[in-house]
Amino acid sequence: MDAALVPLLLTLKVALWATFFAAILGAAAGLLLARVRFPGRDAVDALLLLPMVLPPTVLGYYLLVAFGRGSALGRWLEGSLGIELIFTWQGAVAAATVVAFPLVFKAARTAFEAVDRNLENAGRTLGYGEWTVFVRVSLPLAWRGIVAGAMLAFARAIGEFGATLMVAGNISGRTQTMSIAIYEAVHAGDDALANVLVLIASAVCIVLLVAASHAVRRGRSRIVPL
Amino acid sequence: MRFDIDIGKTVVAQGRRFALAARFTAEVERLALFGPSGSGKSLTLACIAGLVRPDRGRIAIDGEVWFDAARGVDVPARERRVGFVFQDYALFPHRTVEENVAAADDRGYPRRRSAARRSEIEALLATFGLADLRASYPEQLSGGQRQRVALARALLAKPRLLLLDEPFAALDTTLRERLRGELVSVQRRFNVPMLFITHDPDDLAECAQQVVEIADGQVASPS
Repeated sequence: MDAALVPLLLTLKVALWATFFAAILGAAAGLLLARVRFPGRDAVDALLLLPMVLPPTVLGYYLLVAFGRGSALGRWLEGSLGIELIFTWQGAVAAATVVAFPLVFKAARTAFEAVDRNLENAGRTLGYGEWTVFVRVSLPLAWRGIVAGAMLAFARAIGEFGATLMVAGNISGRTQTMSIAIYEAVHAGDDALANVLVLIASAVCIVLLVAASHAVRRGRSRIVPL
Repeated sequence: MRFDIDIGKTVVAQGRRFALAARFTAEVERLALFGPSGSGKSLTLACIAGLVRPDRGRIAIDGEVWFDAARGVDVPARERRVGFVFQDYALFPHRTVEENVAAADDRGYPRRRSAARRSEIEALLATFGLADLRASYPEQLSGGQRQRVALARALLAKPRLLLLDEPFAALDTTLRERLRGELVSVQRRFNVPMLFITHDPDDLAECAQQVVEIADGQVASPS
């Protein structure tokens, strides 16, 4: 039982953290690209969507280069924050965050672009500052889109394989996530374990897909995040 | 109220260039900006509200300078205290009628409303016949009801000036006639000066004390 439970819990922990980071970064980037015009905007847009089309192993390699001991960033993270990303579960979070990010970013950008500018202007004429406009008008109206994107990001993070394997490796009980455990169980001929893991992964992803499409279909948001 | 407007703004939309040069002064309580659609009326109104920044010129209301390109003055929209009634009313779709009317209280941190403030909101809901609709959402309202919510929302903030973008365009003829009278009585009752824009000559006779005509971005009849 532990053979299935340990990778499942680790996967949920990694996917939740990755979704958390991807949601905040993706919503912020989505708002920026939807509302601010600046030179090189299209290039930034393409760059932020890149993790969706790049092979995960290529992404993993970039992360290794960026966060490894050989890089200034990696040394700084380890030296001043005590965070080591290579062959740790935090590394799996970093890999899943990068891979899941474009899903939130795209959804958030579309959602913020769909918010009527006049509603934001109405807030301004009522005395709202820019932060209040965001919290009271833009965010509540874009909320459902962002949540739907975050759900897809969570599903993607659960299934992350290539980049995670490159960055975090395959250490049983420490960095071995569900996808990697499935791969290893199949390789080791442990069909019973593979069946259990595959069923769990399928169930979680189907539930998320239904919930995400439901969130989008509901259209107008009455959920106010305050 | 005294209006001193002299602004220029060039906008490019869908490859077309539009140059606005609006210059007029007036001293009335109900001023109309009259002209065909696409003549720059809405742009002028947005500049006065501080939602669009003019390229050049000066905006002064009752001698108070809101915008002066030469002196680098540009009071932000939130500090101009104008009530703006948008053409499509721009009601917050995720909030009820009551929350929309009370929306001006949502700047800054949430805090408890005083009893006096609550009765102010109640009075506005009652004045505009919205008390029974307080829990409805904007999509459930008729055009006339939406306009009343927009007016009540703007008035709660105690604006110094009410700006209305085509307040009657979205309404049918019978409703139009009734709401023209209502608008004038609101102006008198709340003692708030108003500037409204219209392309319908019938609106002018009943609502406006003075008319500024605008065509193709230029003010045609200096007043």
